[in-house]
Amino acid sequence: MDILVCIKQVPETNEVEVDEKTGVLKRDGIDSKMNPYDLYAIETALQLKEEQGGRVTVLTMGPPQAEEIIREGFMMGADAGYILSDRRFAGADTLATGYTLASGVKKIGEFDLLICGMQTTDGDTAQVGPAIAEILQIPHVAYVNKIEGVTETNLTVQKDMADSIERVEVSFPALITVTKEVNQPRLPSFKRKLETRDWEIKMLTLDDFADRKEEHYGLKGSPTQVERIFPPESNVEKTTWEGSGEELAGLIYNKLKEMKFV
Amino acid sequence: MSLLSVDYIKCNLCQKCVEACPFAAIDVIDDKIEFNEACKVCKICIKQCPEGAISLAETNQKSVNKDEYTGVLVFAEQVEGEVHPVTYELIGKGKELADKLGQDVNAVLIGHGFDKQAENILGYGVNNVYVYDQPELAHYRVEPYAAVLEDCIQKFKPTIILVGATSIGRSLAPRISTRFKTGLTADCTVLDVKENTDLIQIRPAFGGNIMAQIITPKHRPQMATVRYKVMTAPAEVENPTGKIVICSVDGSKLSSGVSVLQVTKKPQVDSIVDADVIIAAGRGVREEKDMKMLFELAELLNGKLAVTRPLIENGWGSYHQQIGLSGRSVRPKLIITVGISGSVQFVAGMKNAECIFAINSDPTASIFNVAHYGIVGDLYEVLPRLIEQVKEGGTIDAL
Ligand SMILES: Cc1cc2nc3c(=O)[nH]c(=O)nc-3n(C[C@H](O)[C@H](O)[C@H](O)COP(=O)(O)OP(=O)(O)OC[C@H]3O[C@@H](n4cnc5c(N)ncnc54)[C@H](O)[C@@H]3O)c2cc1C
Ligand SMILES: Cc1cc2nc3c(=O)[nH]c(=O)nc-3n(C[C@H](O)[C@H](O)[C@H](O)COP(=O)(O)OP(=O)(O)OC[C@H]3O[C@@H](n4cnc5c(N)ncnc54)[C@H](O)[C@@H]3O)c2cc1C
Repeated sequence: MDILVCIKQVPETNEVEVDEKTGVLKRDGIDSKMNPYDLYAIETALQLKEEQGGRVTVLTMGPPQAEEIIREGFMMGADAGYILSDRRFAGADTLATGYTLASGVKKIGEFDLLICGMQTTDGDTAQVGPAIAEILQIPHVAYVNKIEGVTETNLTVQKDMADSIERVEVSFPALITVTKEVNQPRLPSFKRKLETRDWEIKMLTLDDFADRKEEHYGLKGSPTQVERIFPPESNVEKTTWEGSGEELAGLIYNKLKEMKFV
Repeated sequence: MSLLSVDYIKCNLCQKCVEACPFAAIDVIDDKIEFNEACKVCKICIKQCPEGAISLAETNQKSVNKDEYTGVLVFAEQVEGEVHPVTYELIGKGKELADKLGQDVNAVLIGHGFDKQAENILGYGVNNVYVYDQPELAHYRVEPYAAVLEDCIQKFKPTIILVGATSIGRSLAPRISTRFKTGLTADCTVLDVKENTDLIQIRPAFGGNIMAQIITPKHRPQMATVRYKVMTAPAEVENPTGKIVICSVDGSKLSSGVSVLQVTKKPQVDSIVDADVIIAAGRGVREEKDMKMLFELAELLNGKLAVTRPLIENGWGSYHQQIGLSGRSVRPKLIITVGISGSVQFVAGMKNAECIFAINSDPTASIFNVAHYGIVGDLYEVLPRLIEQVKEGGTIDAL
């Protein structure tokens, strides 16, 4: 079974703050890590490979530094890794990101199954997985929280639908996005680290793709435009009460009564 | 080629832009400012540059003819015949936007074996409900649902499409936006519309730590998803005048690689999402046994008990009681937060509550920024007396 997992590098913390006056994001350091949901995606792929045999490839679109997360994928057990890196990919929204990743997939080869995390911790849209599936014209199942069974031609999974759990079967080629309930990702192994240290990570640019039209990638290929970024607003009119426990309880009680909650 | 261009005559390499960039997307290479792939074109560097040396390169995207697209289309989500209540909230917002533009708001209902669902939707004041009732659509499967929505968009050419950010909506909407090569903004908390029909979409990102205002200036339809309980459902209208329009697509377009084997309803948990009154407990509560006190207050006010994430981690509550970004969004008439600091992640899930009381002993706690009534005090002093008072009833003279 040939499986491809899409992984993204995200900031270590999302505790960014916006300076109200200047509109600048304040950040301490720029440490980054693999999007946590993508660890579950890799684990899902590795478990399927253990059952069915095959190969697991990891793929990311990002700056050359994204090599770190590809290496982490190797340390967990992935067999090959690619980075799609090109300044012309910068400024991509989810459509352009999906298009770039799908172009990369077409270039790399044929896969039975593509796996994405359910969302990222920075952009947080959950849109890239379905976008890739649409471009490749394959079915997708989002929010998979359990893999029930796999054969050479299809996969049976459970997906979380908020009010219900659905069991569905999907035939290959297909794409799934996974939640954190799907498994417990293994830790990167030190032994694998030594073994894979010299493995090559293949870099692809726009020039490697079949579609080389710049207007399909990056900012040019992005219909959405971020007009501005600002801090979450704080509230409206407010009343503050201070005093003894007794006084405060009385003030709350009177207000609740006035508002007919008691 | 670069998205942002630097005027190298003006640039004095002060590197303020390098420091200001939240995405570490600016490097100095060979004494020149260069943008790398991490650039999100947030334009913060443009504002920060004291020399005014950075500007946005034109992308030369061609614009569609916006006049060909009119009206707001709401995706009326249903599962097993039950219309998801987010649908009505989207209709409420959709009407507001449509009124501003002097256009219609319509809904599309997809499934099989409907009886009164379309009439119920008309009751919320839409102009038309487009109903696709075909056996292949009995369960949500992405390709047939996408084929139907595509058909509806081709026929009616809406300028704005609103979809609930539910598991179905978040799976279907990106499929459609990609098919039409248009923009989709996720989890919008504020929507407004410009005169030129551009939809202003505001959404949180980075775990709610920042807000982004996003537009789709050159493509149509413009698509947005909105979480349940973020917008307000409109009152039902007395004499609905809207029409039900029966539509269908050729069965050959409804094949799918997915088959639904079984649908199991989750056991109905007592949900905080629909509660009118919520008492929310945070880490200011010192011991598990003290939760009893909060539970008692919740009972007295006919409310539900909710918690912050650390309490879930302590095992003092279950996940469906968690409010916040990684929990539930709530919009009760009244919420009383007790011993909660007011982290952005928590606030993201409750700031739309109609009335917020916050009890916290620290006057600088950020929960007071969102509270309508801030009570600076020790919860162990306030709550027992409040509970006593509610039990006693009566009125207390003005304090
Ligand atoms: C503040 C802010 C708000 C934004 N809002 C929107 C918006 O509303 N709509 C929009 O279209 N764009 C938006 N974007 C742009 C969006 O973040 C980028 O398109 C980003 O490249 C992918 O989106 P995501 O992080 O939301 O991924 P998601 O769709 O949440 O990611 C899901 C999965 O897709 C895969 N994946 C995602 N990105 C990559 C990658 N680069 N390489 C490999 N695999 C990947 C991973 O498996 C991941 O788990 C926003 C950006 C910012 C900074
Ligand atoms: C990606 C991400 C997602 C997250 N999602 C969520 C989420 O969905 N929901 C969520 O809740 N959190 C979430 N968090 C965690 C969040 O950042 C905070 O850590 C959490 O909300 C804090 O909970 P708290 O207010 O109960 O505790 P604290 O921040 O510890 O606050 C306790 C408060 O109690 C007050 N206090 C102490 N003693 C008393 C007393 N005797 N009387 C009155 N007041 C007292 C203190 O002054 C303090 O303000 C998330 C974090 C991340 C990084």
